[in-house]
Amino acid sequence: MARDLARMIPERVVSRRLDAEHVVRWVFLALFAGFLWVFVLYPMLHVLWRSLLDNDGRVVGLANYVRYVRTPAIAASITNSLVVSAAAMVLTVVLAFVYAYALTRVRLAGRAVFRVAAMLPLFAPSLVHGFALVYLFGNNGIVTRQTGLNVGIYGVKGIVLAEVLYCFPHAVLILTAALAAADARLYDAAAALGAGRLRTFLTVTLPGVKYGLMSACFVVFTTVITDFGAPKVLGGKTSVMATEIYNQVIGQQNFTMGATVSVVLLVPALLAVVVDRLVQRRQYALISSSARPLAPGGGPLLRWGLWLYCALAAAAITAVYVVVLATSLVSRWPYDLTLTLKHYRFDTAGGYTALVNSLETAALTALVGTAVAFAGAYLVEKGRTVASGPLYMVSLLPVSIPGMVLGLAYIFVFNAPGSPLNALYGTLTILVISNLVHYFTVPFLTATAALKQMDAEFEHVGASMGVPFYRTFWRVTVPMALPSIVGISMYFFLNAMVTLSAAVFLVAPGTELAAVAMLLMDDAGDTAQAAAMSVLIVAIGLVVRLVYWALLRGVTRRTQAWRGPAG
Amino acid sequence: MTSGRPAAVALDGIAKRFGAVVALERVTLEVGDGEFVCFLGPSGCGKTTLLRIIAGLERQNLGTVRMAGRDVSGLPPRERNYGIVFQSYALFPNLTVARNVGYGLATRHVPRERIAARVDELLALVGLARLRDRYPAQLSGGEQQRVALARAVAPSPALLLLDEPLSALDARVRVALRAEIKALQRRLGITTIMVTHDQEEALTMADRIVVMNHGVVEQIGTPFETYTEPASLFVARFVGRMNVLAAVASERPGWARVGRLELRHRAGAARPAGTRLALAIRPEEIRVGPPTHEAVDNRVAARVVNVQFLGAFARLLLALPGDGGPELECDLAGDALADAGAKEGAELALVLTPEALRVFPEPA
Repeated sequence: MARDLARMIPERVVSRRLDAEHVVRWVFLALFAGFLWVFVLYPMLHVLWRSLLDNDGRVVGLANYVRYVRTPAIAASITNSLVVSAAAMVLTVVLAFVYAYALTRVRLAGRAVFRVAAMLPLFAPSLVHGFALVYLFGNNGIVTRQTGLNVGIYGVKGIVLAEVLYCFPHAVLILTAALAAADARLYDAAAALGAGRLRTFLTVTLPGVKYGLMSACFVVFTTVITDFGAPKVLGGKTSVMATEIYNQVIGQQNFTMGATVSVVLLVPALLAVVVDRLVQRRQYALISSSARPLAPGGGPLLRWGLWLYCALAAAAITAVYVVVLATSLVSRWPYDLTLTLKHYRFDTAGGYTALVNSLETAALTALVGTAVAFAGAYLVEKGRTVASGPLYMVSLLPVSIPGMVLGLAYIFVFNAPGSPLNALYGTLTILVISNLVHYFTVPFLTATAALKQMDAEFEHVGASMGVPFYRTFWRVTVPMALPSIVGISMYFFLNAMVTLSAAVFLVAPGTELAAVAMLLMDDAGDTAQAAAMSVLIVAIGLVVRLVYWALLRGVTRRTQAWRGPAG
Repeated sequence: MTSGRPAAVALDGIAKRFGAVVALERVTLEVGDGEFVCFLGPSGCGKTTLLRIIAGLERQNLGTVRMAGRDVSGLPPRERNYGIVFQSYALFPNLTVARNVGYGLATRHVPRERIAARVDELLALVGLARLRDRYPAQLSGGEQQRVALARAVAPSPALLLLDEPLSALDARVRVALRAEIKALQRRLGITTIMVTHDQEEALTMADRIVVMNHGVVEQIGTPFETYTEPASLFVARFVGRMNVLAAVASERPGWARVGRLELRHRAGAARPAGTRLALAIRPEEIRVGPPTHEAVDNRVAARVVNVQFLGAFARLLLALPGDGGPELECDLAGDALADAGAKEGAELALVLTPEALRVFPEPA
């Protein structure tokens, strides 16, 4: 009966007079959709298409892929990538788990220091970790010179080690969050039922962080397989997919093979991201709102054992920075250890121009990226139009696009003769856009989460009083989300400062970036100058982080007074 | 409403579907100028959807919405001239009480002093003048409610919409606010539509109640009419408490059989003998007394199964004769309880007054 009734009622709702507000909303939606099409979807489709052509532009189907897997020299990059990523994933997650466990579940002296130390690698490009290993264990490394023992750092072993250092903070962040969300009642129940330490760990602790562990695995795997810096410095004759794209494009001008490797590299990255999304969706129900937090404990043996572990890990991480700093400050590492500042003069390549370019690019990325990500999330989340679903899906895509692939795609699209977008090529603008797209997904999701917490009726209240939506957006939505907005801009800035992969294809004379300059200096044998540049990048990152921290405190005090109790 | 002036709100044939689910099927009703109307019904009956269609937050598939004679069916919310209070209040947490109340005034090119004056006037009206510089998070639920109300009426809209405005409050505050909202509405003389699932709220506040079920209007009437003359078995059961007995029309017109009993009910349309019916009587309408020898219709003997003491009165659960026979609820005030000697297991003599015994078609 209900079905018959439904048939009598037309499916269309009554039409509404077109009003200015709707037009404004749709214009912005169209702009956002246009942005995603031009800078995300279209370039990706272009790479896919180019992998089906030969170098003269004829369609050859899958011939490039067949050649890729049949040519041992380049096919090895697939195996190398998988081996390196899997090994780095297992090592990083195990090491980070113990570290995170110590930070959250044990009463540890100097916990704050360990927390900060674990985050240090976030401030340096991955190739800095490669540099440090070379300065220590390379053919002319200080350890090699002093002990006469060459550990053979070039190759899979070295790449894995550098990646473990580089990915450690990401895994620690995810795992501390997972381990901190523990329900003490479960531990009480296990104790009351007579379960021992090991049994409690296996039946309560591990299942409780199951999703956190999986998430950490996916993040590390994706980061490693798409990374370019560390394998470039430490690979030697061993190439992984990311460096293979570089070799094909820059070394041999073989763009179609570059596109082919890119498409193959997209598969595992895309897969890891999709599975991670599915896993994260199930994570929320795990901790109930009535859970009681678990107080850190542990006997003296466990506490001191873990303290020693954390101290060693923190020392290893800090060693990277100490070695790089030392290299930049001595005359000729490791032969002449007299102190000097001459390497900071950057007499040969790029130099301070690159650093200024990097700062400019990072600032613009932070500014524009924050606006686009927040406005985009607002349009998708609060607009509730037919366009919301597809726009959301496309916004999730960038996190699975390796930087090398994005860079190559932009060469295809923006360096094509006759393209109107050609004007962008060789400018800082294209670097800003590539950063914005490369790091888009995380800020977009952060903004979406912040917006989801707000009452859905805010705009309706405004509308009922004749207040246009953009006014309510400006007076209520933005001020309420200010802490998230500040966080988003910092994320964009710090990542734009250290990014290398997409930029390596997009820099032109006059638009060199610091990370790229660093790579070129190292290639040219100017090790000390590369180290000096690393030090400057890290220093800027740390300063910016501190400034943001102060800013966030100020913002919170000034605009978030409403969160506090009566006073 | 029969006067020459057009109704404040007139809905004509409003229908709404969500995919295959029909939320409203052709609802037609009018709300008079200055009237307080409640949409009452269980969750999922379509009352909130109807309110959102009036507000322009949802678009109907069929039908027109008129406000004071003006067809607003195709207008966006902004151009409909109403104020609204949501269940969650949706107060802007980053703005003070005063700025929340003044929110709708700030864009209307009203001079600043006039806005401040209007805000103070409204805050005084809802008794919150001393809280003007607080933030919503620093207020109690009842205070937030009043701020939301003040904000909604600040721009002097022609219509006030209230979407379950009291459901988030605890019982005591809720009862106090009922009277306050009603008094404010009278004072401002503003036409008001309130959505609620709480029949007590509707009975105490509304001038007229619109009882809804499954997207259909079951009855429109004053609280008194709705309670004493429910138009359908659904309304009878939903508004107030009601005993319902399954019955069959007997040969004698105006009588019906309930098991072995034959009862006279309220006069109504003649029904052929054997038609299945439902007889309905409210718990407080059942007369209880010690057995007498007067000849009265509908005298019934019943056994007390359970006595629930509820303070001002007690609710008896009574079993009519026969195995698995029907049970009745009966409310008795304190002394009547003692007089009747109603203890568990006791036998009582009841009279189901024929005028109170309403008759409805067979229950579904």
